Amino acid sequence: MRQPSASARISLSALAWIIGAIVFFPIFWMALTSIKTEAQAISSTPLLFFRPTFANLASMLESGDYLHFAANSIIVSIGSTAAALVLGIPAAYAMAFYPTHRTKNLLLWMLSTKMMPSVGVLVPVYLIFRDVGLLDTRVGLVAIYTLANLPIVVWMLYSFFRDVPHEILEASRMDGATFLQQMVFLLLPLSAPGIASTGLLSIILSWNETFWSINLTSSEAAPLTAFIASFSSPEGLFWARLSAASVLAIAPILMLGWMTQRQLVRGLTFGAVK
Amino acid sequence: MAFGSEAQVGHGGKTGGHGAAQARLMLSPTVIVLLIWMIVPLVLTLWFSFQRYNLLRPAGGFVGFDNYAYLLEGHDLWRSIWNTVLLVGGVLIATITFGTLSAVLLNQPLIGRGILRLLYIAPFFVMPTVGALIWKNLLLNPVTGLFAWFAHLLRVTPIDWFSNVPLLAIGIIVAWQWIPFATLILLTALQSLDQDQMEAAHMDGAGPIARFRYIMLPHLARPISIVVMIETIFLLSVFAEILVTTSGGPGIATTNLPFLVYKTALLRYDIGGASAGGIIAVVLANIVAFFLVRSVATSMER
Repeated sequence: MRQPSASARISLSALAWIIGAIVFFPIFWMALTSIKTEAQAISSTPLLFFRPTFANLASMLESGDYLHFAANSIIVSIGSTAAALVLGIPAAYAMAFYPTHRTKNLLLWMLSTKMMPSVGVLVPVYLIFRDVGLLDTRVGLVAIYTLANLPIVVWMLYSFFRDVPHEILEASRMDGATFLQQMVFLLLPLSAPGIASTGLLSIILSWNETFWSINLTSSEAAPLTAFIASFSSPEGLFWARLSAASVLAIAPILMLGWMTQRQLVRGLTFGAVK
Repeated sequence: MAFGSEAQVGHGGKTGGHGAAQARLMLSPTVIVLLIWMIVPLVLTLWFSFQRYNLLRPAGGFVGFDNYAYLLEGHDLWRSIWNTVLLVGGVLIATITFGTLSAVLLNQPLIGRGILRLLYIAPFFVMPTVGALIWKNLLLNPVTGLFAWFAHLLRVTPIDWFSNVPLLAIGIIVAWQWIPFATLILLTALQSLDQDQMEAAHMDGAGPIARFRYIMLPHLARPISIVVMIETIFLLSVFAEILVTTSGGPGIATTNLPFLVYKTALLRYDIGGASAGGIIAVVLANIVAFFLVRSVATSMER
């Protein structure tokens, strides 16, 4: 494409940076508030320059509270992602390499389970969890997140597996490779980037999931989403503290999201946008 | 391209029955788990919706359509359906409009494009409860929020967002979180746009607006339909943003369907009424999903 003139490029860039600054501002402001004192945080004239204090962040990290909730978030995100991959990889493999006339409908049906609003099944899930003792347990959350993410995981893996040339697997079959050998030595290495980005998306979705975490946990198994929500109560109105907790809650996922943005597009659109 | 061509669909047959049987076996755990997940809670919800069942007064019994009648007669249900529609519709319009504009902007040869891209997509990765609380306390708060300070600078009275325009305030927060998603998808789509075609149009004297209208927009039609589908799935169940900002109020001004069911079930312990609300949510979602899944399926087949 023709390069625009230097002045056009500079003014467009300035516009883009102004909008970018506005979009990013709430996150920046939160980070800034997290290194203020409480008095500075609620100052009626916003402070841009002040002597930063890392006391809030440090006290958050030292308090057992934050670490407890963060551990829950990590365990539940990784656990549910692992479970979804274990279930999803064989299923996606089967549909990608042995498609039948029903495969397309099966895929659409799986996606349609994602259309069912969580709220439609909240009551029975809550009662079942209560009766079998899964309320406020990590196992319970892992199970729910696995089911919630499974359709998306299968779709993503399916779209990645489709790009693996059939001929390679067929040739290895001719050479006498067993099914397991095909999986371990060919399919998994060939689609490793796809599996990795599927896993990352599942971790991001689980980390940020809020409906089930708030409704099915109280203290033992509550992840960071529920912990942050507890700041909405009147006694939680310490804004520097809230900001410190928020920074620590979103930092890992923000980094992960930034690093994997390109793969995520493919995953989020099931490979329809590349 | 998600779906295989006819030739590839026939592939399974060629490799013989052995592989196909194995494939069915590998597929079955996922299908069974999802079937149970879909059917059991839904059947139970349906069952409860015909019961008089309050956790505080468990003795109930079959009441037919009473729960539904009660909901449909009341004002709350209709208002929360309307709020759901407004929220989904408003946020969709905002995200598609601003998402397209920022994607076109980011597709230009800008200074520091890599960093800009990170700034634009960051809100998408922010936990909903964090996003909502930051907006509520640090920005929109009528006394100490940054917007109030701006209002003072301009010598106007600050708006009490969550009292005066609560649904708009929540819509702003949700849109802030979802515009980046549209930007990300549409920007990626724009980058695969055939540059020769743009160049040729330019040579032929098509201005920027004509090029946008006749080349970019048609190219973006499919990614936009995907953005609409995925966002609709998530926007129909917006919950955290409401819980931590307004708790559905003032009155029921920001109660959407998920929040109505949550209130009925976990705050009023009315299992029967909540279940009926849940079934209504499922029916509405299915009406939307019917059209969405179909349009996506056809657009993916191409």
